[in-house]
Amino acid sequence: MQLVLERRPERSVLIGIVSPLIAIALTLLTMAVLFAAIGKDPIAALIVYFIDPLTDSYSLQEIAVKATPLVMIAVGLSLCYIANIWNIGAEGQFVVGAVCGSWLAVATNGTGVGHWVLPAMLLLGALGGALYALIPAICRVYFGASEILTSLMLVYVADLGMDYLVRGPWRDPHGLNFPTTADFDAVATVPILIQGGRLHAGAIAAVIAVILAAVLLGRTIMGFEIRLVGAAPRAARFSGFNTDRLILFTFAVSGALAGLAGIIEVAGPIGHLQPGISPGYGFTAIIVAFLGRLNPVGVLVAGLFLALTFIGGEEAQIAMKVPLDLTKVFQGILLFYVLACDSMIIYRIRLLRTVSKPVPAHA
Amino acid sequence: MPDALVEVVKLIFSVNFILTATTASTPLLLASSGELVVERSGVLNLGVEGMMIVGAACGFGGAYLSGSTLIGALCGILGGMALAAIFAALTLGLAVNQVATGLALTIFGVGLSGLIGAAFVGQKIVPASHLHLPLLTDLPVVGRILFGEDAFVYVSIALVIGIWLFLYRTRPGLVLRACGDNHASAHALGYPVLKIRMLAVLFGGGCAGLAGAFLPLAYTPFFIPGMTQGRGWIALALVVFASWRPGRLVVGAYLFGAVSILGLALQPLRLGIPAQFMNSMPYLATVIVLVLISRTRGTAGSTAPASLGLVFVPDR
Amino acid sequence: MKKWNFLAIAAVLALAGATLAAQAADKLKVGFVYVGPIGDLGYTYQHEVGRRALQKALGDKVETTYLENVNEGPDAERAIEQLARAGNKLIFTTSFGFMDATVKVAAKYPNVFFEHATGYKRAKNLATYAARFYEGRYIQGQIAGKMTKTGVIGYIVSFPIPEVISGINATMLGAQSVNPNVKFKIIWVNSWFDPPKEADAAKALIDQGADMLTQHTDSPAAMQIAEQRGIHAFGQSSDMIKFGPHAQLTADTDYWGNYYIERAKLVLAGKWKSEDTWDGLDKGMVVMAPYTNMPDDVKQMAMKTEAAIKDGSLNPFKCPIVDQDGKTVECKGGSRLDNGQILSMNWYVKGIDDKVPGK
Repeated sequence: MQLVLERRPERSVLIGIVSPLIAIALTLLTMAVLFAAIGKDPIAALIVYFIDPLTDSYSLQEIAVKATPLVMIAVGLSLCYIANIWNIGAEGQFVVGAVCGSWLAVATNGTGVGHWVLPAMLLLGALGGALYALIPAICRVYFGASEILTSLMLVYVADLGMDYLVRGPWRDPHGLNFPTTADFDAVATVPILIQGGRLHAGAIAAVIAVILAAVLLGRTIMGFEIRLVGAAPRAARFSGFNTDRLILFTFAVSGALAGLAGIIEVAGPIGHLQPGISPGYGFTAIIVAFLGRLNPVGVLVAGLFLALTFIGGEEAQIAMKVPLDLTKVFQGILLFYVLACDSMIIYRIRLLRTVSKPVPAHA
Repeated sequence: MPDALVEVVKLIFSVNFILTATTASTPLLLASSGELVVERSGVLNLGVEGMMIVGAACGFGGAYLSGSTLIGALCGILGGMALAAIFAALTLGLAVNQVATGLALTIFGVGLSGLIGAAFVGQKIVPASHLHLPLLTDLPVVGRILFGEDAFVYVSIALVIGIWLFLYRTRPGLVLRACGDNHASAHALGYPVLKIRMLAVLFGGGCAGLAGAFLPLAYTPFFIPGMTQGRGWIALALVVFASWRPGRLVVGAYLFGAVSILGLALQPLRLGIPAQFMNSMPYLATVIVLVLISRTRGTAGSTAPASLGLVFVPDR
Repeated sequence: MKKWNFLAIAAVLALAGATLAAQAADKLKVGFVYVGPIGDLGYTYQHEVGRRALQKALGDKVETTYLENVNEGPDAERAIEQLARAGNKLIFTTSFGFMDATVKVAAKYPNVFFEHATGYKRAKNLATYAARFYEGRYIQGQIAGKMTKTGVIGYIVSFPIPEVISGINATMLGAQSVNPNVKFKIIWVNSWFDPPKEADAAKALIDQGADMLTQHTDSPAAMQIAEQRGIHAFGQSSDMIKFGPHAQLTADTDYWGNYYIERAKLVLAGKWKSEDTWDGLDKGMVVMAPYTNMPDDVKQMAMKTEAAIKDGSLNPFKCPIVDQDGKTVECKGGSRLDNGQILSMNWYVKGIDDKVPGK
């Protein structure tokens, strides 16, 4: 008797709907067990993690603030991943976008410029991110170098580059020589939506990105091409679609979105450029993209959910002294379950009586 | 300027520099060797960083509780393997996307190692001892380099040699390569592709775990959360850098180790280059080398195992 | 009848509520925000030591909480605000990078007291505090200067912020006071802790002639290497003697416990006010680990210097000070550099032949 994985004749619609729920349920169960294992009350912990942050305006806003960069980056990444193009360097593109946009803010700081500054910064950020993302894309298209590794290596380069800038040429002259630029002027800051909170216009930008991506995927030729290349690469080639152009396009778009997220984060919640503007958004966004099953709306939901786990994790640290590492474990487990359950959409497990093993052919 | 150049050359060829570079290169070599086997079998496991860091936590814990480096190393290997088992179950058992699973493994591993290691922070152990052969180790220049290293270094070299022999001189190795190059054909020939891949993945996990354990057992004999600091990702790059060939892997690992040390060691020589640029040298070098070697090969990724990363579900 | 019952119940409830509230109000909730893990055996660990001392000293009068690994970006603001919302009335934010976040949250919660370490922005409910680490480094410089045989001291550093630069300068001034020709070799590892990298830097420095090591990074890696190679080193933030039983000469440890206890007591007594505290050896914020592994005369010299700094007769940054370009630095504090100059230091003193990165 053995267990085998077998492809279903067609994708299971039922599992498609139910799978995320099952995955979440399994995750909650595992987390409850883990909480109990470290001596914390499972029910109380789960409530602090998931329910409490939803109960007041402050936490809800914070969830949105945390989710904004994640969703924006993940939307771009999902476009790449659908076509099996692996942009792992979103973190670097985020940083480069932040740097490019900040350049304008630093250059015009204190000079009383008009309101055109902020949109210009955002544009520069998106452009910078797109150009930086094109480097691994070009390496792949023209030199055949693995985009996974080149984009990853460039993350380190971007971080070090920004570090150099804020410690040197862009350092705030009145900042006692600490590595940070001067605070951005009010005109160079992303506006807040609700007074007293931190919810800012970037959240709207993220939602717009989701809508645009959905439209791109669902209603444009390029979107069709992306989906086709992902689902049936040979067929796509035979149809005459140019994979190279697709690689450049998806990298540029995801880079632009990551760069935009970067400058919004810096010109919004942070307010100046400093080392450590990202606690790994570029990598967490990869998780969000997969949790959202590479679907723009799914990414939005997944981003909010993951942000919820971050906020909940912090509250659990305060309220119940639950270690922060547990949040990472939890996020990893969630993705494991989502991936596993999603696999059941395409495959099913069957128990079979053992068939005699075929005799290996000898050369 | 010529003076500085002389200084740099003297530095690179000094015994101490070579010894330091060896220490820096060993975890990279251990981890990338394992991943090379995994990728040769057709699986892409991006979770090396997660497996390494769990190996570091388990390895230190084991050594601290037992007082023995060997037991610590074994614990590290088992820790890496345990994580690899999760990866295998998902990607081989349930045909899940390998990239996503690998990344999830990294995040999970980093968190898990923090939880495991929390109990051991601040503790210290006796570092792995170095070999000392009566006459040989005292030889000038080559003595300490060849005969004065710790066990991990010798294991890493033996491992690479063993992997080379296995892949190119044995039948099972040939079969493994076949699974990576064309899993459909290998399956048609009757080979248990999934089982072979599973063994490869576990082996890779063990190597990554050992590589991680090296850090708190020999490099710096204490445990601090996050002490792998991205070395797992470098190991992944090295496999590609080496075009999936063991011999080149040694070159790549030692080159990278040396360059990363160089970035630090050159600073006091005051060559006028910003420290950040020095520190970014290894990463830039990797990108440049990746581009150059891929270019000489022609079409996109033609040296990679053709079935790398592709999902395989045996049809019946 | 019903009305009486109702009133009685209401009265009991009110009384119970008041008692509970009073009890809750009695326990002062104190929160801590850490930039790193408490397991870093360095900077954050010392703050944690201070927190534990506070909890122990004021036992049932305080309830302390901490958040570790808080990133210095937008997460910081949320972490601090969450502590405030959870009822903490005294919050310590222990890294410079939390400055703006602390300022913003302090403005939103005027009834909560905030204390920011190593910063310079204050408000009515926001105080700052730091330790004069450089005092300890001056002593270390003297010891190193006296004991070095090669005349080269190795310095492993993280980032070129003023605190680190003033530490380098103080070490050099101390060394020069006993050995005018001493030289430094400096390596920037671009991280507060990365043990393997710190170990590599230590090895490189030793290979390049250093026989004394000092660091401004947080892990005991360099101390370990010093022990292995048989040279001497200074611990940083924490006493690292465990990792270098024959190597460690001393360590300039941060001790925040007294300060935390004092500030909590002020809150309990209703006497807290915003100020800037910058204490050193005199108030026990900087504590030198026991002097070991050194000849007696060096130990006596070190103890004498420590005493002199404590009673104020010796100031590490006493004028005149010449910078590495040969110019005499303007002396704004009378006979010594003033606080502002030390807090914004981004130049090296004469004798250091390296350039401050990023200048």
